Amino acid sequence: MDAISLIVRSIFVDNMIFAYFLGMCSFLAVSKNVKTAFGLGIAVTFVLVLTLPINYMLENYVLKAGALAWLGPQFAGVDLSVFSLLIFIAVIASFTQLVEMVVERFSPALYNSLGIFLPLIAVNCAILGGSLFMQQREFANVGMATAYGFGSGIGWMLAIVGMAAIREKLEYSHVPKPLKGLGITFIITALMAIGFMSFSGINI
Amino acid sequence: MALSAKAKQAFLGPLNKNNPILVQVLGICSALAVTSKLEPALVMAIAVTIVTAFGNVIISLLRKTIPNRIRIIVQLVVVAALVTIVSEVLKAYAYDVNKQLSVFVGLIVTNCILMGRLEAFALGNGPWPSFLDGIGNGLGYGWILVTVGFFRELLGSGTLLGHRVIPQAFYNAGYENNGLMMLAPMALLLVSVIIWIHRSRNTDLQEGAN
Repeated sequence: MDAISLIVRSIFVDNMIFAYFLGMCSFLAVSKNVKTAFGLGIAVTFVLVLTLPINYMLENYVLKAGALAWLGPQFAGVDLSVFSLLIFIAVIASFTQLVEMVVERFSPALYNSLGIFLPLIAVNCAILGGSLFMQQREFANVGMATAYGFGSGIGWMLAIVGMAAIREKLEYSHVPKPLKGLGITFIITALMAIGFMSFSGINI
Repeated sequence: MALSAKAKQAFLGPLNKNNPILVQVLGICSALAVTSKLEPALVMAIAVTIVTAFGNVIISLLRKTIPNRIRIIVQLVVVAALVTIVSEVLKAYAYDVNKQLSVFVGLIVTNCILMGRLEAFALGNGPWPSFLDGIGNGLGYGWILVTVGFFRELLGSGTLLGHRVIPQAFYNAGYENNGLMMLAPMALLLVSVIIWIHRSRNTDLQEGAN
């Protein structure tokens, strides 16, 4: 039950884009049509779901203060949390490279449709943000961390697909010249974010 | 020391015509989340400038030895090491600000400005121009952050760097702080206003058909 409410919370209340502005760069760059936006959303969700449990295990069994206690009592005082950033980003980067290779080998069609977005995921703030928030919130077990990753990914996908749909319609509207493109996209994102704020405060 | 035309371009371009946020659309994520007050915005701007400059130098020195296939991992590791140093320094000397910035210090790692500049500039240029490019981009990012932070703090809580600037008489006359300014979406609106002004002045940056 907890996991489901966590998923719903991370989709709507703690939405990666509208509540924390994570993954904005690719959000702005790739939201020009619905199909590619959807593909990127799937890829981001996929990588989040895979990296969060790994980083959770690393955090709890290697990096945290006293996490190495299972190696023996003399390791109980070791605190490696200084390195968490390095380790997390290394995991994410190598994972994206791995996912890229696997997808290229087994499903060339999907690989072609995702194209350059796959390697770009490594530098998507939403992924690292997910790991850092996971570290900050100290989830109870691996399952919860995975659920959080899944929810955040879906929330991100929802946001980028919605944005892309609006931008497709926007092509036909009359926007002041200096605001065209980037400017109007910012304003729409702001309005969407205000809309999503209506979810905040809901306790599920 | 006289700067060559190219070095000058690398340094000054990002401040205006080639601004990382307004034109290259890089590093938006952190720009929006940390600007509700002026102080964290300033700290963030300085941190990003330092990391970009030194990251650029290091990658530029290593650029001939990094194999192309794993360059992203190498870049990320270099940047992550720098960010870890910055974050430890912040924890030691500015603990409160570090708390306010929370995960966003760590997120400098994935700040697109860094990767963008490393890929686009440092991999193809020597250490000195790369250093200038890093400083320029950091400052270009910084002034947007500080401008947004300035207006949000001024209009949202009537203070600057924690000092009250709007006199009490205003409040007695019925002036109210604009609570909306403290909410995250207002950062987006402010940036879009800056973009609007910037693009009306530089008409060559406006997007035509698109």
